[in-house]
Amino acid sequence: MSVQASSVVPPVAVAVGAESPSTLRNVWRRLLHERLGLLGLALVALLLFTGIFADWIAPFEPNRINVPDRMQSSSLTHFAGTDQMGRDIFSRIIKGSQIALIVGVSSIAIALVLGLALGMLAGYGPRWLDNCLLLLFDTIYSFPTVMLALTVITLLGVSLKTIMLVVVVSTTPVYARLVRTSTLSLKNSEFILAERSLGAGPVRVMLRHVLPNVVGPLLIIASMDIPSVITLEAGLSFLGLGVPPPAASWGRTLNEGYNLIRDAPWIVVAAGIPLILTTLGFTFLGECLRDMLDPKLRRII
Amino acid sequence: MADAAAPLLRIENLSIDFQSSRGPVHALRNVSVDVPRGSIVGLVGESGSGKSTLALATMGLMQNNAVVKGGRILFDDRDLLTLNAAELRSLRGRRISMVFQDPMTALNPVLSIGRQMIDIQYRDRGNTVDKRRKAADLLRRVGIPDPEQRLGQFPNEFSGGMRQRIAIAMGLMGNPELLIADEPTTALDVTMEAQIVHLLRLLRRDFKGSILFISHNLGLIAELCDYVVILYAGEVVEHGTVQDIFHRPRHPYTEALLVCDPARIEQVSRELPTISGDVPNLLNPPSGCVFAPRCPRVFEPCRDRQPGDTALSATQTARCHLLNGGAHG
Amino acid sequence: MLAYALQRIALALLICVVAITALISIIHAIPGDPVTIMLGPRATPEMREAKYREMGMDQPVPVQILRFLGKAVIGDLGKDMWSKRPVTVVVAETLPFTLALIAAGLGWAVVLGIPLGCYSAVRRNSAIDKFTGVISVGTISIPSFVVAIYAMLIFAVKLKWFPAIGAGDRGDLADQLHHLVMPAFALGLGWVGYLARIVRASMLEIMGEHHVRTARAFGLRERSIIFRYALRIAILPTITLISLAFGTLLSSAVFTEYIFARPGIGKLVVDAVNFRNYPVVMGAVFITVALFSLGTMLADLLIAKLDPRVRSSL
Repeated sequence: MSVQASSVVPPVAVAVGAESPSTLRNVWRRLLHERLGLLGLALVALLLFTGIFADWIAPFEPNRINVPDRMQSSSLTHFAGTDQMGRDIFSRIIKGSQIALIVGVSSIAIALVLGLALGMLAGYGPRWLDNCLLLLFDTIYSFPTVMLALTVITLLGVSLKTIMLVVVVSTTPVYARLVRTSTLSLKNSEFILAERSLGAGPVRVMLRHVLPNVVGPLLIIASMDIPSVITLEAGLSFLGLGVPPPAASWGRTLNEGYNLIRDAPWIVVAAGIPLILTTLGFTFLGECLRDMLDPKLRRII
Repeated sequence: MADAAAPLLRIENLSIDFQSSRGPVHALRNVSVDVPRGSIVGLVGESGSGKSTLALATMGLMQNNAVVKGGRILFDDRDLLTLNAAELRSLRGRRISMVFQDPMTALNPVLSIGRQMIDIQYRDRGNTVDKRRKAADLLRRVGIPDPEQRLGQFPNEFSGGMRQRIAIAMGLMGNPELLIADEPTTALDVTMEAQIVHLLRLLRRDFKGSILFISHNLGLIAELCDYVVILYAGEVVEHGTVQDIFHRPRHPYTEALLVCDPARIEQVSRELPTISGDVPNLLNPPSGCVFAPRCPRVFEPCRDRQPGDTALSATQTARCHLLNGGAHG
Repeated sequence: MLAYALQRIALALLICVVAITALISIIHAIPGDPVTIMLGPRATPEMREAKYREMGMDQPVPVQILRFLGKAVIGDLGKDMWSKRPVTVVVAETLPFTLALIAAGLGWAVVLGIPLGCYSAVRRNSAIDKFTGVISVGTISIPSFVVAIYAMLIFAVKLKWFPAIGAGDRGDLADQLHHLVMPAFALGLGWVGYLARIVRASMLEIMGEHHVRTARAFGLRERSIIFRYALRIAILPTITLISLAFGTLLSSAVFTEYIFARPGIGKLVVDAVNFRNYPVVMGAVFITVALFSLGTMLADLLIAKLDPRVRSSL
């Protein structure tokens, strides 16, 4: 169950209530009491730390070929062993976290901004625009993500940018729908009408009222999308269609390990672990946050 | 109630707590209610007085955090609280039936009315055709036109008032000895309410069993009931025949209720009479009389000592220090 | 009801049309020339000309879209660039394998997941409930291809209980099933947990609702209540979910087919992508989109049939 976990979300009725700073502090305090959430937080922090400081932490240069040391299973010098070219797997895994982080966080960030813009546009703008955008969203929805990815890759070739494009294109509709629902429900509420009668323009209304209401759930959903995105990138790299070699993407390492599965099983074991830890971490954290912020969302998400 | 024959339902000193994160909420405290055979007993109280809890306790349908702290619920001399699930189940729908407050949510939305009415007859012998006919008969009795046709329809095709009629029909289907009606008209608008009341009065003539009618609508109680029990914050503060209560109320709360009843206000005045104050917090009920904090005639013993029950006549009993031979207000 | 059905069919078709339009537009919007991509850098101008004409790319974009759709309706999706065989034939050869895989994966997920969810709801906080809860979260989030690889490592390479590669001999059903076990297991694992959770949550919500209380008040048996009153309603969102699952599983199937070297649409598309076999990619994607739209449409119609509340709001 990987990439379209959050695309299963039907438009969610968002609880209308501005997020105040004290709520964030409460959230933090309560988070510290939830074991799973804490574990998730720890794993996410680990990922962030490893990703940011990868170049300093890695014991070996990830791309350094060292043929005499090839095909060793895990040892004290090479925690995860070496591959057929003598490269230290552990270092490659650490470097891979950087790629995962870049792809995961930045593409989701872009999708968020785009989703916000489009969603507000769809909700606030004229009916025909809304219908057009909805049709666009539904169409993208109807492409299984990987198929979409493969199509785009055929046309644009293999690169980091292509993957980010695919992620943005496939996740923006989900966020946009959520924002649109929220915008629509707020558009006609009394205090908005009051604001408008006082001369507030649509932009101001959207920024001051829609935005704060929608940011909370949006961030939670987005944080649960990050592991999906990382998984997508890993998957595509695994198929040889992701970030080109010799980049040490987890998926690529997994692929190399897969080809050597009978002779060097430690490679796939090592490459699978960070993926598992990352996805579990974000999922635990996201669930915990979601439960705390609005238990009602639990049913839908 | 001085009735020679044993009452059909006798609730004796029932105390129920709800477990909450802040401690136990004492929802019912030493509540005793008798429902004689063949009579209609009205249970009156504000929101939060415990009326629904009493009803659900009798049916054994309370929520998970409810704990019975003491007392018995005797139905035909059997203590319902000691029965196991299977025994309770055998009583439900046959000897004891219930009509719930909200008709919009009480029926299964994805099964047809006919299906649901046939389902509840599952214990009866006889084929589906007979059961269907019985269901149609009952629908006709409660005033639903064209019943055979409507058996195939779904709840969302009926208005609230009609759904409540269906619920009443279902309640009567097993020919129960006791029908518990938990605020059957509260969720309906005035027109529908009037229709249901009319229906109940018609049915009353044919229905041989007893009814425990729960409501906060005094007018309804006056129209339908033989006996009335006044519940306040988990305690029975007064009970008696309908004449006793409406013509000779003795407990200050009962008096206040009657004064405040919008239907009875005869003088046009600027302000609506109300009872000042709030219902007490049942986490920590008052140590003396439960009504003391709001009572207009409160005096010295009220806050410290709980008043016992004073029998005012063969039929009427109230719980108030004023009636104990103490000073009158 | 009929009007609704027609409406949904129309929507599904519309989505297919838009999808193709989007695809063809993308092709023309991007820098670089698909023909060059296909023919390679050593193509002569004459070859390119010929290719353009062959592919119909000398026509304006709207015409191309219409031509594609027109041909698609009669079943012509172009020709595989390498084998020169019609794309429809190529896809038809591999589609059954993928469908079998998805059916098997989804099948075991449904057979295990729904009862598990139901049981967890009815026996809340029991050992099984807690166990299912924890495992679900784990299996839902772990990428299916990682599961597949680990499964392959443990069961095929180390334990040798199941074959690692291929779909089994043609005509030998037992062998084919033997080959299907691990891929289906890996594919469905995440969904067991997901379905169990959704069913559990729905059931808990419904069991707390008033109409279940009414059923109890009339003395209906607990089993009757669980199945006819609660599960009957809880199953409705699950149906939607399962139809959406088709799309996700299609994505996951791509990996599973690659890992276990099974024939199927996934493998077909991946290979086509690697070889820039662009008609095959287009055709396969189009068929996938069409199937997926069909799936969701059928699910919507099924729900409308089962849930009178939906029917009355139409």
